[in-house]
Amino acid sequence: MSAIHAAFEDTDAALVPYITAGDPTPDATAAQVRALAAGGADVIELGLPFSEPIADGPTIQNAIQRALDAGMTPDRFLDLVSGLDVDVPLVCMTYFNLIYQYGDDRGIEPFVEAAADAGLAGLIVPDLPVEESDALKAACDAHGLDLVFIVAPTTRGERLERVLERVSGFVYVQARLGTTGARADVSDQTHDSLARLAEADVPRAVGFGVSKGEHAREIVAAGAEGVVAGSVFVDIIAEKGTDAADELETTARELKEGAVAGVAPRPERT
Amino acid sequence: MSDADASETSGKFGEYGGQYVPEALMPAISELDDAYRRYVLDNEDGFMDDFRARLRDFGGRPTPLQHAETLSSRYGFDVYLKREDLLHGGAHKLNNALGQVLLAKYMGKERIIAETGAGQHGTATAMAAAHLDMDCEVFMGERDINRQRPNVFRMRLNGAELNPVSTGSGTLKEATNEAMREWATTVEDTHYVIGSVVGPHPFPTMVRDFQSVIGTEAKRQAEEQIGGLPDSVVACAGGGSNTMGAFDAFVDDDTVSLVAVEAGGSGLKIDEEEGLAPNSASLSIGEEGVLHGARTKLLQNQDGQILESHSVSAGLDYAGVGPELADLVDDDRVQAVSVDDDAALEAFHRLSRTEGIIPALETSHALAYLEDAEDLGENVVVNVSGRGDKDLESVVEETEKRDIDGAPSMGVFE
Repeated sequence: MSAIHAAFEDTDAALVPYITAGDPTPDATAAQVRALAAGGADVIELGLPFSEPIADGPTIQNAIQRALDAGMTPDRFLDLVSGLDVDVPLVCMTYFNLIYQYGDDRGIEPFVEAAADAGLAGLIVPDLPVEESDALKAACDAHGLDLVFIVAPTTRGERLERVLERVSGFVYVQARLGTTGARADVSDQTHDSLARLAEADVPRAVGFGVSKGEHAREIVAAGAEGVVAGSVFVDIIAEKGTDAADELETTARELKEGAVAGVAPRPERT
Repeated sequence: MSDADASETSGKFGEYGGQYVPEALMPAISELDDAYRRYVLDNEDGFMDDFRARLRDFGGRPTPLQHAETLSSRYGFDVYLKREDLLHGGAHKLNNALGQVLLAKYMGKERIIAETGAGQHGTATAMAAAHLDMDCEVFMGERDINRQRPNVFRMRLNGAELNPVSTGSGTLKEATNEAMREWATTVEDTHYVIGSVVGPHPFPTMVRDFQSVIGTEAKRQAEEQIGGLPDSVVACAGGGSNTMGAFDAFVDDDTVSLVAVEAGGSGLKIDEEEGLAPNSASLSIGEEGVLHGARTKLLQNQDGQILESHSVSAGLDYAGVGPELADLVDDDRVQAVSVDDDAALEAFHRLSRTEGIIPALETSHALAYLEDAEDLGENVVVNVSGRGDKDLESVVEETEKRDIDGAPSMGVFE
């Protein structure tokens, strides 16, 4: 079992927060990660900023722009990860072109090797559907990294099977159509998606629009093993800048408590 | 056309192409691929007959292949202009927009979204949507809105909703990002009409097929007028839809040179420090990478971050290019060249003055290439991808900054 999968097994309901590395400065990220871990994060997603984030909504687009303006690059990202001393598995979320261009020779191998050396536990690549993932999956397997796939409300039938054959660590359940960003309510699509994924042999974490403890509770009560939350943390960083650690920790704790509170009514998984 | 035939099933052109999109869009892209095969390739329900009839009656096809007398005597070879500027709307864009909006209608979609750079694709989509009674929303960068205002009014007149995009440099790249995000949200009832031979499969292949009427007509017209094939076909290349449209019918004719003229902007270089390229010459100086759903040649830095491109012509101002064109350039079947902003403006004025045709600034790049070209042969077809009415404000402004031989005084507008 991978470190990420084990982190889900070690808790009743996992919290997976996302922040963009380098937002607002490269130096701020380490303290943010420690704060999220202290607040109860079980796995942390660190965004490696790409100039054309087509799967992200305005909140994370702006964070990515701040991080790029502050000088975040793939090399600095990997240095930053190497220097982190947290006990929580770290997942890099980035777009395919940055992985593909890394190193002196074009191709995915150099990035995956460097990511594993830096101590990352997995990758999420939102513009890489399962159809294009053969080479990256092979490289991740060779270096012991999980490759996390996103399952959308529109992912069904044979395509869903292909994703589930290939996913490891956890499956990222996209709560609704659209891009990342905080919303007011939990989507009905979440319940449908969790039902379709009942047979998955990896944990299911629901994201896209999760911003409150109550959302986390409802999602876990609906059967999820965890929640992913990004924009709520990115909003805090947008407001507090380099001084965001305390509030990140408080908000992480609220979401974690919400998630755990959802466990009691959770249906038994078949 | 072995690569292109293969692309109908795989979406790959050599190493290029593919489907690099968010998971939420994959089912829609599979559905579109299925519809493309049935309606476009197999003419199910008479789709292609319907499309061709509408191109004729609504669009005004065929467009003429016109012998340009002044240019021919200037250059010492015969120049034939393929007059896509005379297509309804004033550019080749309608060929694709009408095809895709009609396809969306056959697929039962209720709503159309589109991105636009110069506004030509946006206006063509708005016209096609009005013609076919579909709701239409167009995403356009704020910088492009300011330099292409006439097209903004035209889109609104046709009933389209215009959505300004203010992120980044406010040009086509950002408009495309935003349209893809919108599609990911509304994919179940909405079709995204991509305006060029870019994006995930099946768009590059499908858009080429809708645009290939340009070259198919030109080939038949050349046979009638010169008794055979032209020696060269020259077209400007931004994303590359007029380029592939003009070239596709000639790709297998080895005696015909195919020349893609890119926007050289103010120089063929990349400024890594500033994160910009003062040109839009991705075929000439780009490197392989992945943007907007496809692997292709891109203007990017060492890390893979996409650069801001530049051209005096909004319609060419894009950091990527169609994957099939990238492959044809690697195979040496298409020659990629570039023309800078100054030369394009000079060509704009030259055609306006000597042939009585005001070309689009995009097209002006193809025309400018004739000045220095060697070995184009006796008979040269230039694709006049669009007319320049939309560019008049930019041309007035840009002409005043320069000393252009033979340009009229623009002071009268002050």
